[in-house]
Amino acid sequence: MRWLLHLYPTGFRREYGGAIAAEYRRRRAQADGIGLISLWIDTILDTVGNALLVHWDLLRQDLRQGIRHLLRTPLFAITAIGVIAIGIGANTAAFSLADIVFLRPLPFPTAGRLVTIWEREPSYSMTQPSPANYRDWRDMSHAFDAMGAYHTLSASLLGGGSPQQIAGIAVHGPLLDLFGVAPLIGHLPSASEVAQGAPVIVLSYSLWQDDFGSDRNVVGRAVTLEGAPYTVAGVMPRAFAFPDRSVRFWAPMQAAEAHDTERANSWFYVVARLKPGVTVPQARQEMNRVSTQLEHLYPQTDSGVTVMSLRDTYGVATEQRGGPLLLALCGAALCVLLISCANLASLLLVRAMMRRRELAVRAALGAGRDRLVRQLLTESLLLALAGGVAGVGLAFAAMPLLGQLVPSTLPLAQSSSIDVRVLAVAALLTVLTGVGFGVLPAIRAGGGSSFDGLRDGARGGGGRRARLRSILVMAEVAASVVLLVAAGLLLHALSRVRAVDPGFRQDQVMTFHTELPLYRYWRVSERAAFYRQVLDRIRATPGVQAAGYISSLPMKWGGGIWTVGIVPDTGFRHASLRFVTPGYFGAMRIQLQNGRTVADGDTRAAPFVAVVSASFAERFWPGRSPIGQHFNFAFADRTVVGVVHDVRVRGPERESEPQVYLPFQQVGDSSLISYAPADLAVRSTLPPTALVPLVRRIVRDADPLQAISDVASLQDVVDQQTVSRAVQVRVLAAFALVAVLLAGIGLYGLLAFAVSQRRQEMAIRMALGARSGQIVRMILGYGGALALGGVIPGALIGYAAGRGMNSLLAGVDAFDIPSFAAAMLLCAVMVLVGSLVPAWRATRVAPGSVMRAE
Amino acid sequence: MGTASNPSNYTHCGYSHIGYVPCMATSAAVAALLPLPAATFHILLAVAHDERHGYAIIQDVAERTDGALRLSAATLYRSIQRMLEQGLLKETHERPAANLDDERRRYYRITPLGRAAARAEAHRLQELVRLARAQGILPAKA
Repeated sequence: MRWLLHLYPTGFRREYGGAIAAEYRRRRAQADGIGLISLWIDTILDTVGNALLVHWDLLRQDLRQGIRHLLRTPLFAITAIGVIAIGIGANTAAFSLADIVFLRPLPFPTAGRLVTIWEREPSYSMTQPSPANYRDWRDMSHAFDAMGAYHTLSASLLGGGSPQQIAGIAVHGPLLDLFGVAPLIGHLPSASEVAQGAPVIVLSYSLWQDDFGSDRNVVGRAVTLEGAPYTVAGVMPRAFAFPDRSVRFWAPMQAAEAHDTERANSWFYVVARLKPGVTVPQARQEMNRVSTQLEHLYPQTDSGVTVMSLRDTYGVATEQRGGPLLLALCGAALCVLLISCANLASLLLVRAMMRRRELAVRAALGAGRDRLVRQLLTESLLLALAGGVAGVGLAFAAMPLLGQLVPSTLPLAQSSSIDVRVLAVAALLTVLTGVGFGVLPAIRAGGGSSFDGLRDGARGGGGRRARLRSILVMAEVAASVVLLVAAGLLLHALSRVRAVDPGFRQDQVMTFHTELPLYRYWRVSERAAFYRQVLDRIRATPGVQAAGYISSLPMKWGGGIWTVGIVPDTGFRHASLRFVTPGYFGAMRIQLQNGRTVADGDTRAAPFVAVVSASFAERFWPGRSPIGQHFNFAFADRTVVGVVHDVRVRGPERESEPQVYLPFQQVGDSSLISYAPADLAVRSTLPPTALVPLVRRIVRDADPLQAISDVASLQDVVDQQTVSRAVQVRVLAAFALVAVLLAGIGLYGLLAFAVSQRRQEMAIRMALGARSGQIVRMILGYGGALALGGVIPGALIGYAAGRGMNSLLAGVDAFDIPSFAAAMLLCAVMVLVGSLVPAWRATRVAPGSVMRAE
Repeated sequence: MGTASNPSNYTHCGYSHIGYVPCMATSAAVAALLPLPAATFHILLAVAHDERHGYAIIQDVAERTDGALRLSAATLYRSIQRMLEQGLLKETHERPAANLDDERRRYYRITPLGRAAARAEAHRLQELVRLARAQGILPAKA
């Protein structure tokens, strides 16, 4: 039973192990049979219980001792806790975001079996299918147990609060049943309701909360959607968002696909659920077979199919928007943690050296080495724990800012949160930091527990220890250079993106969204009357220079890509389609390069015309005058009457397809209704506070039921494109500054300690005639050498990191001189600031007093 | 090792092998220890008059309580360790005559603080008994 004694702490075992064992032997000699077994059980239970209590006693002692020590050195305690808090806080926040975007499964029970299906074209691998293709895919495939489709809607809703235009989803087929999510209240539309396009609507949690006051009896309530009576069927749970957070209702729409034969008109999104046991590659194989059959039947329109998991579909979106960014963020957080840990190790090393004498006294009084190590470990764990708690608090505080980095395209209802798993990671980091960076100093301190420490003049730290600390500081400098370079590169990229000419002038323009409900405005003439009344009154207002409508403003929507019918075939034939009213180009200051823009006279009675962008003209009629040329577009033959400057439709960072603008009246009634101009741009010298109420009144006078949404300056619309970049720069810059600060503290600590350890040497030098200038130069030189040792590897890693972030850099070279120069400069400032105080202190050493102390 | 000027009013303080122990007046030190765990109280009673080694303490406690409390060696030494740190006990280095002694045995003696603590604990218990009598839970003193 001797092994049981090993449950006790070493000191206790050494002290009392023999006596306890002797007592056990005595009792064993008296026991027999059953008595012996009961003795064993008794001894085991007794030893375990008592060992735990002895450990607990020690822990309490160490904690008391540790807290007392920390209170006696508050500056050290605050610095150490702050350093850990920053490291753990940054990592907790960064990993929470990464977890949400990359690791957490989509919040649908059937997420693993959901796929999206797309048409494939020669120049685009994922384009929306036509209703006819959806119908054929559904009927001809066997890999799926259900397939549904949807298209996006923007509809006016009456019946909750005030009239408003909200985003929703038109449901086709069993779309809502695919996810395995039951409604919070009410029911999902039945198969027959969906098939008939029954007037029922399912509300999102947020819409139910905001507009229906979370009324539990909302099911069966009558509402008006796009002027038609609907009944509320149910409310989805809070966590459900599909396809993204902006969608606020789902409603079945009359299934057009049954009779639709227009295969070029592609406007569906298709989602399907795999049969149990069927894999995505198997489904892809089957859909390729289906697609080959369809290509034979419809060679004009069908050219292939793409099947991918829903997760990957969002992954593509994440890849483009937030993926590299979040990886960069996590890398930055790891750098900060590394610096924090190096700093902490350095602080603890210094502290252990400072306490050599105390530890030596305790060793001399009989405390074993394990006891001292245990004490130091408890202290560093205590520090880590306090730092960890503060760090998690920091992370919570930082989440609202960092939450903006989560792409809104993900189907996550709540933006971001810190969950149990991330907290577990934080706890693990805390313990690792505490143990990992407490063990080293503890062992080193425990190792030297000879009486050397008692000697008054003993210098702390031999050459090896000083070298270790120098390496730690160099690592800190290197990591901060990496972060500085990365932040600099991103800042340069942001300014470059902001400097991109969008093709229009965004100053002094306010924009409004008035989507006309099509049940009242399906005739072109009715829309024309509305536009005329609104635009005439706005233009008549003093201070207004120009006003006009367009289907959708640039950068708000990148879609609306059509194929250009032209002879001879020139390969790439896609262009973006927008209908505009007169006045639009003036309001946006899009430069007219040739011919004219659209006019009031461009009606259906007049010849069909088009205004095209310069790149369109260059692509189809290179070297020739485009005016008077013909092409087929949007179901009609159009004649080019004007050429305008190109516009960045898809935002400043993406190449846009060439643009085609058509007069809003040259379209059939009920035809291309989703392209009816809905965005109003007004250029004026009036302040928004005066202009916005005025426009609201004019629109209300023209149609009292018309909702106005998305009121924003054109500058805001453009800035929206760079919001995530701006946030990303801010976050990385914050990380970099924290890193520099930490590295500065580390450098300062090292130099201050070195100076205090080398007082004797300084004193001798000064006694021998060294001037303060020489001493300062010596300390600065030491600091500079350390910094240089960090800057060189830091710059190399920074360059590698820059290459890794290439997709975020908007064409800025990874070896960007200004970014590197700025990083070096900041580092130099940090070294100077970190070294000056220790250097100044070194010059204040009074040779006489130091020598006397020896 | 202590820096106290009057040993009866101050418990030991200064550096020990467990680290720095702050000075505290005896009455305050005693008050901080109450109530004493049963094992601690019995051990103090066992060494109140004679120094004893561990096995003798176990036996003494068992006899005094008619076998109701039988300390295990583990509990005993855990308690002793704590009591040494608290200054309630002291290990003695004066050994009995060689023929009566086992070389491995260690002897413990009560300290003034230990005596004060035992007395305070007894008072505390006495006060509890008085309260119980006043409430009629115990019969009045004969």
